[in-house]
Amino acid sequence: MLSNTEKELIVQIWDKMLPVAEEIGSEALLRMFTTFPKTKTYFSHLDISPRSEHLRCHGKKIVQALAEGARNISTLTTTLAPLSRFHAYQLRIHPTNFKLLNHCILVTLACHMGENFTPVAHAAIDKFLSAFSAVLAEKFR
Amino acid sequence: MVQWTAEERAAIQAVFAKLDYESVGLESLTRLLVVYPWTRRYFGGFGNLFNSEAIMANPKVAAHGTVVLQGLEMALKNMDDIKNTYASLSELHSEKLQVDPGNFQLFGDCLTVVIATRMRTEFTPDIQAAWQKFLAVAVSALRKQYN
Repeated sequence: MLSNTEKELIVQIWDKMLPVAEEIGSEALLRMFTTFPKTKTYFSHLDISPRSEHLRCHGKKIVQALAEGARNISTLTTTLAPLSRFHAYQLRIHPTNFKLLNHCILVTLACHMGENFTPVAHAAIDKFLSAFSAVLAEKFR
Repeated sequence: MVQWTAEERAAIQAVFAKLDYESVGLESLTRLLVVYPWTRRYFGGFGNLFNSEAIMANPKVAAHGTVVLQGLEMALKNMDDIKNTYASLSELHSEKLQVDPGNFQLFGDCLTVVIATRMRTEFTPDIQAAWQKFLAVAVSALRKQYN
């Protein structure tokens, strides 16, 4: 359940991250691969070494999708329908992995925003990421 | 027994060296209570926990935050035998405090976020990985006596 203040905060934060989408996205992914090595098993087809083209490109896609979701929070299911189908029928990621990436996204935001990543912002983004992941996993079964 | 590389030990020591237990403890506990509000069930006697500002200003939260960080320091000082070091703490949390152990992970996540806001780019992916491995071992040891 997101309050209107939280929804605004979420849009503000992702709007700030969009111009540095590659940096933020690739960092979150790299943190996830380093802290939780099993997540690398889904990327055997890509070069996910630090600062690789694939890592930056993929990271950028993720942040752009998150920013899009943030701007359409009340219609997440419709907005993310294609991504949701993709994750369910093609990627088939074990659902526990969403939490791992979400946590690494939070850590990345914390590193970049410092004390501006307040407890209230932390709560809002965590709730948003949970809702976002739930929609991505919706069609799994 | 958990194996630690020299780099991992160094990384974990480096993180601890930067920790101001009072400040980090208070902020981590505040985030736990704000981001995961159900955790307030364990702090009925703490008074005003209604919002972020109230929690950050609450002296009982501050005191308790320090206690938790001091508990983690015990694990740091006994990194090769965290399981036994935490045996009585684990029993305390399961028998007396009756805390759902799922919440230990959540506290660890909040602490990690606080460290990230303080250390910023110095909290590299490699340091994060070592730090989270340490937390995972501590959490696992804390869960040990639950049955």
